[in-house]
Amino acid sequence: MIFKSISALGAFIINVISGLGIFSKFTWELFCKSGIVLRRPRLVIEQVHFIGNHSLLIIAVSGLFVGFVLGLQGYNTLSMYGSEEALGLLVALSLVRELGPVVTALLFAGRAGTSITAEIGLMKAGEQLAAIDVMGISPLRRILAPRLWGGVIAMPVLAAIFSAVGIIGGWVVGVLMISVDAGSFWAQMQNGVDVFADVGNGLVKSIVFGFAVMLIALFEGWYAKPTPEGVSRATTRTVVRSSLAVLGLDFLLTAVMF
Amino acid sequence: MSKKTDFLVGLFVLLGALALMFMALKAGNLSSFSFEPTYTVMAKFDNVGALKSRAAVKSNGVVVGRVKNIRFDNQEFKAVVELSLESRYQFPMDSSASIMTAGLLGEQYIGLTPGADEINLDNGSEIMFTQGAVVLEELISKFLFSSAEKEGSAVNGK
Repeated sequence: MIFKSISALGAFIINVISGLGIFSKFTWELFCKSGIVLRRPRLVIEQVHFIGNHSLLIIAVSGLFVGFVLGLQGYNTLSMYGSEEALGLLVALSLVRELGPVVTALLFAGRAGTSITAEIGLMKAGEQLAAIDVMGISPLRRILAPRLWGGVIAMPVLAAIFSAVGIIGGWVVGVLMISVDAGSFWAQMQNGVDVFADVGNGLVKSIVFGFAVMLIALFEGWYAKPTPEGVSRATTRTVVRSSLAVLGLDFLLTAVMF
Repeated sequence: MSKKTDFLVGLFVLLGALALMFMALKAGNLSSFSFEPTYTVMAKFDNVGALKSRAAVKSNGVVVGRVKNIRFDNQEFKAVVELSLESRYQFPMDSSASIMTAGLLGEQYIGLTPGADEINLDNGSEIMFTQGAVVLEELISKFLFSSAEKEGSAVNGK
């Protein structure tokens, strides 16, 4: 009994480590075959359209509501200390530094990551990937690399739109509805938000999250069991793993940056 | 079909760039970066308080430059602040610099009071008359000690 549990623990650890190794190898191979992105940019443009444009609505609407909520909650807390003027600063900093990249990445994993995993998994189940391989075209190069770079381009754009719309949402609630002074709302924001330290680092974060989400989604699709059940499991794993990866990476990046 | 995709993707990227510009200009401090030619002067303070680099240098309340660098001089045991002033503003040699606070607890900036000398400050010259930051704790302790002293002398006088 005790023997079994120890060996199960060992097997688990070995699985985790070798999984990490497979993932790294997959990532490396994908990077090596990314030259096609420059040679045939149209493939990437199509993916940006599929991943980015179609996620625009959910990102913009979520950003707006997150901004609304930040405005309301921030006002309630700040008015306790008589510093409602700092509302703009609070809304902008929390969006630009944290909520923009993180919430966008979580939504991105749910909206775009799952569809990529399902697409790749179904291609594998339908043996389309094998067919492409037989024709002498590397599916990693032709199918996966454009999706990776499409996602990596789309993610920072989406995060920037999320933050900007969120700031406008905070402005709508704070200035238009609760009537915080508009001048001090923007002035405090401009005094406190640094272009490179805050906006720039937020951008770096969103690019890193874009890589993480897309790599995990492609990896799960690529190694999915080619059955309906396998694809559905892979899709679920994409959401769970990429969300965890985003939150963990966010902690690391925040510790390094700020 | 692909023409339409191109257009839509272009629109999407443009929207992202617009959002970034909005954050940099309207929410961030990019608009306070000035690309005016500047010259650098030094000022030595006893205490710079919570002054940070990129803090404003104001004269009569108008921003005329930024704090470039703050370091410690181990020879004189003073804080050396380098100010980069915009070249279109010239100040006399005997101007004085003091560290002030915006509001009661706001951020600190340097106030420049122009003097009357005929020679102007130049690149690398030093502002002689300085006044360091006012530290709230020192003020309070000064006040407490002086009032305690007064009470003590009043008791002795009886």
